[in-house]
Amino acid sequence: MIYSYYPGCTLKNKAKDLDRYARLSAQALGFTLEEIENWQCCGGVYPMAKDEIATKLSSVRALADAKAQGRDLVTLCSACHNVLKQVNNDMLTDEDIRTRANNYLKLDEEYCGETKVIHFLEVLRDVIGFDKLKEKVVNPLTGKKIAAYYGCLLLRPGKVMQMDNPENPKIMEDFIRAIGAEPVIYPMRNECCGGYVALEDKEAAAKRRNAVASSASGFEAEMMVTACPLCMYNLNKNDSDVPVYYFTELLAEALGVKDN
Amino acid sequence: MDRKEEILRISGVNVRKCMRCGKCSGTCPSYDEMEFHPHQFVYMVESGDIEPLLNSDSLYKCLSCFACVERCPRGVEPAKVVEAVRLAAVRQKGNNHLKAENVPELLDDETPQQLLVSAFRKFTK
Repeated sequence: MIYSYYPGCTLKNKAKDLDRYARLSAQALGFTLEEIENWQCCGGVYPMAKDEIATKLSSVRALADAKAQGRDLVTLCSACHNVLKQVNNDMLTDEDIRTRANNYLKLDEEYCGETKVIHFLEVLRDVIGFDKLKEKVVNPLTGKKIAAYYGCLLLRPGKVMQMDNPENPKIMEDFIRAIGAEPVIYPMRNECCGGYVALEDKEAAAKRRNAVASSASGFEAEMMVTACPLCMYNLNKNDSDVPVYYFTELLAEALGVKDN
Repeated sequence: MDRKEEILRISGVNVRKCMRCGKCSGTCPSYDEMEFHPHQFVYMVESGDIEPLLNSDSLYKCLSCFACVERCPRGVEPAKVVEAVRLAAVRQKGNNHLKAENVPELLDDETPQQLLVSAFRKFTK
């Protein structure tokens, strides 16, 4: 199985591990991530304004590229996933945005939201299946108590993202079980870590991340897992000293391909 | 075009759907940092009281986490109103909230690209 793949800016730089371990794991699980040619940065945050299209065009180009290849588009970074999926929804449902974006881009064929955007976790759940994944695990992380950190971007808005129940998700907990570990359920798992203001309001970002990490640590989590490089950056500085990992690193470790 | 009309056009939000239950503000992770809270953005825009919002730091405290959008029982989408007011502010000449020349001192060795691109998208035009 071959998927079009949108890595995004950070996976080429500060979050290389998120990308590398995903590719190694995909290989071990029998699917290929084929990077889209000449992809452009999604901008990192979904542009909500109805009156601008420029900020949506890089997403539309990636979506149209996957459509031209006849493939689903796989993402890893929570922010890229959120932006691409929400822009795709605009192209499908908002006639004004669709018309203006197509007028500007002049693609060979109009793009109208045809591409299916799926997160790597959804490939594991919906294509591979967590039961099958479990069978492929050679180094189960037995006994590890792991807190899934969804944050905001994977789940919301629930009507558009459609990954899981936005208030009571389980995809990451099921993933944690599949790699042999024990999921820790804690209240702050789907509340924002404050990462977006970590550049110019460091105090507010610290307050939010410490609230999340102390919530996880209070439920005896040994570590947290995330799919978001910005959450990783922000949460890593938490005062509770809970270590944070990309979910793909634990996946590669469980599949025995981490050092390949 | 007057300010209210501008905000409504940018956001696409029907502020009259709001029943002022305050859930958006109750669930906002930046509540403590804000002078005006999400439900206040909605009703102040509805009543045309927009200047105080345009000049408030609260515009830059929204985390774009969609908690208020998800949890509004009336589907008002307060985050879109906050973003529209923020855009009305930063689209004015010389009114960027983040200045490129100040960025280097805000970086550390681990700062992800994602943080920079999103800060520029949110805080500048």
